[in-house]
Amino acid sequence: MALRAEHEIHGRRKSRNVGVGIALAVLIAIVFGLTVVKVQQLGAVQGFDHVVRPELIEAAE
Amino acid sequence: MADTGVDSGTFAGEYEAGFGDYFALLKPRVMSLVVFTAMVGLLVAPVGVHPMIGFASILFIALGAGASGALNMWWDADIDAAMRRTAKRPVPSGRVEAGEALAIGVALSVLATVMLALAANWVAAGLLGFTIFFYAVIYTMWLKRWTPQNIVIGGAAGAFPPMIGWAVATGGVSLESALMFALIFMWTPPHFWALALFMKSDYDDAGVPMLTVTHGRKVTRTHILAYTALLAPLAVWLGLTSIGGPVYLVVAIAMNAWFVKGAIEIWRRDEVRAEADKYRTEKAFFRFSLWYLFLHFGALLVDATLRMGGVI
Repeated sequence: MALRAEHEIHGRRKSRNVGVGIALAVLIAIVFGLTVVKVQQLGAVQGFDHVVRPELIEAAE
Repeated sequence: MADTGVDSGTFAGEYEAGFGDYFALLKPRVMSLVVFTAMVGLLVAPVGVHPMIGFASILFIALGAGASGALNMWWDADIDAAMRRTAKRPVPSGRVEAGEALAIGVALSVLATVMLALAANWVAAGLLGFTIFFYAVIYTMWLKRWTPQNIVIGGAAGAFPPMIGWAVATGGVSLESALMFALIFMWTPPHFWALALFMKSDYDDAGVPMLTVTHGRKVTRTHILAYTALLAPLAVWLGLTSIGGPVYLVVAIAMNAWFVKGAIEIWRRDEVRAEADKYRTEKAFFRFSLWYLFLHFGALLVDATLRMGGVI
């Protein structure tokens, strides 16, 4: 009997791997998208970036 | 006998589940109803949300519903195997091991709840977490096998999604979301008891205490009428709140009149008549109940669209 390179079980394994891969990719895309939206909703964000910014100090007062 | 190596356990061990088998654990058909009702709850709310947040929230609500479905299949594998309708589910058919269903259910429950909290707010996440707990523990593990009112209590789990959708947008609970909850909650018993009247052997075989088995079919018919009569004013009341409108009111009045008429017909029938026409009235009532929920929530969506367009 000839050996079959592809057993039916391989197909199921492949579907599982591809499915999990797609699910993870979707999760990453959603978390990324949510992060972008949440940060945008914060409005203008700035902080001290090695340089003193007087306007931030005034805003704090 | 173990040395023969051909017992069913050997074959079950050799089977490797595909992605579709795991996906089936999440009860995709139930998820589609959850997605629809949660989406309506979110869209009819008076507060707008960013489309990305809305989309992600609906997805996590659906994932949470799927997780509770997996936990249900893990716990109920024994009775699922005894019922024709559920015998081919992944766990009773041996395609997925019970332990895997448990692990997937727990992992997805935590993921869905935490992600909903991060995407929307903790009120929505709290409601989702409670819904999963309610369906998996209160309903599946405790009440389903203990009381013939299992359907009534289990219906609460299915009634939460529009309330969660509303909470995603508003961050709270209100009369409108409570009435959307009540609509599904009161609709569930007549819907399932009508099914139980013409699918009697399935529940009998599984030993699940359905009202038809414990209290008889006449009592079940009376219960269908009672719940339908209580459902009708709640459905119309929802139309008088801020999310109601002319389309919803017309749909609610027309459909509830038909629903009550159908329930009266079911109540007036006995088993001899039902057997004679092969449960025609009960089957028609059940089919109508599917449309009932879809059209009520669809009408809410239409009114919200008309309101947004300034038509009403």
